[in-house]
Amino acid sequence: MSPTVAVVGASLAGLSAARALREQSYDGRIVVLGDEPHAPYDRPPLSKGFLAGTTSLDDITLTAPDDEDLALEWRLHTTAVGLDRVSRSVLLDDGTELQADGVVLATGARARRLPGAEGLDGVHVLRSLDDAISLRADLVAAGRLVVIGAGFIGAEVASTARGLGLEVTVVESQPVPLAAPLGTDMGAVCAELHADHGTRLLTGTGVAGLVGTTRVEAVELTDGTRLPADVVVVGIGAIPNTEWLAHSGVALGNGVLTDACGATNTPGVVAVGDCAAAWSAVAERHVRIEHWTSALEQPATAVATLLGTGGPAPTPVPYFWSDQYGARIQFAGSRQEGDVARVVEGSCADRSFLVLYERDGHPVAVLGMNQPRLFTRWRRQLRSAAPTPR
Amino acid sequence: MIPVCPTTALPPGEATRVEADEPIAVFNVDGEFYAIDDTCTHQDASLADGWLDGCTVECPLHASCFDLRTGKVSGPPAKTPVRTHRVVVQDGMVYVQTEPVADGVA
Repeated sequence: MSPTVAVVGASLAGLSAARALREQSYDGRIVVLGDEPHAPYDRPPLSKGFLAGTTSLDDITLTAPDDEDLALEWRLHTTAVGLDRVSRSVLLDDGTELQADGVVLATGARARRLPGAEGLDGVHVLRSLDDAISLRADLVAAGRLVVIGAGFIGAEVASTARGLGLEVTVVESQPVPLAAPLGTDMGAVCAELHADHGTRLLTGTGVAGLVGTTRVEAVELTDGTRLPADVVVVGIGAIPNTEWLAHSGVALGNGVLTDACGATNTPGVVAVGDCAAAWSAVAERHVRIEHWTSALEQPATAVATLLGTGGPAPTPVPYFWSDQYGARIQFAGSRQEGDVARVVEGSCADRSFLVLYERDGHPVAVLGMNQPRLFTRWRRQLRSAAPTPR
Repeated sequence: MIPVCPTTALPPGEATRVEADEPIAVFNVDGEFYAIDDTCTHQDASLADGWLDGCTVECPLHASCFDLRTGKVSGPPAKTPVRTHRVVVQDGMVYVQTEPVADGVA
């Protein structure tokens, strides 16, 4: 019987793993399990073009006609509920199990929800296609949107909703939005896009609760302010989908713990994408990166590990982008507290700039707004200068 | 044929954008010149601003990858290939022919 690899998760990381298996000459059976009923789709447009109605489902489908050649066995609308590490069997919600020779864990993450918001209509998170369809239906009929959390998802939803003509308020508990990824100064600069486009931003303000009986009517802040709302979007981060592995013996932390090459503590089991916390030699700890590009790039390494053909650990330069209010924000590298940010091109006032983050005089990260060409040059430079792990 | 630039103005690893009915991106990969449609088929972005890695260009915005030799998509989210164009080097000048090399390269 031909060997079987089970890919648990049918989004970008799972699809990339399946493609990588074939690229690396694995000719056995590949079963891709996905809990959603949908074929793999691209998530970034869900808060932008798809939510705005300018991008169709067909546009965001990830699979291409060439993928037919991969001979993948799709099992969608099927949830993995457990893993037997000895027999390497994936237990499924329909009571059956899938015995495999290799397992790729790619179950992603889910949106963190606001406690107390259960059962209240008009309150949304945005992570999946179904989330986006349901949010869009509510937005087109609404006048006032309150977004809780001024991270990238929150900012992009606010931007799209302004484009749809809604009155938008964004509430952020931290004093400065995006301070963790971008630093205080640059977080503040990026947050100015909200005011530029008529979105009200309230910072340093906690949410006390939601008001409404069957449908949300307002968001109540910790200072007592009530913000009337027809729709509320909660964008307060994501939680890795790893609970199903709790009794499997696979080592877990903030995600499935892996080495720098995607190997878990369990032979024949690797993990990739948003559910995986890979060892970073630079940070000297496990780091769970939720970036699109990580979900795209990690699987090639992890699959080589699974097939026993892996080489040295890669030294990726994390990269993400965000499109808001027509502005293109791009970031690459790893910023730490204390790094010095310096504008090397353009100006923040013009909303067109390149900022270099330096540590001990060396560039460690780069941020661009509306500077794709220059940004790409710096991103390349960071990659070639990436330190080799010890 | 559309004149692009002298060969010396486009060193290896560099790219330039040429205005035409549909803008064209011309790349120098270790001395070999390639030309493809400049606009990414995923969303409006200039591939001449992209990241060149061997014969692959990565879109500067959303990381779609295209093979410069065939125009085929080698990385998502794009699904539609770009057209390739013939490059001619004559007397130290780089030119592109605006008629696509092959119809329906896909």
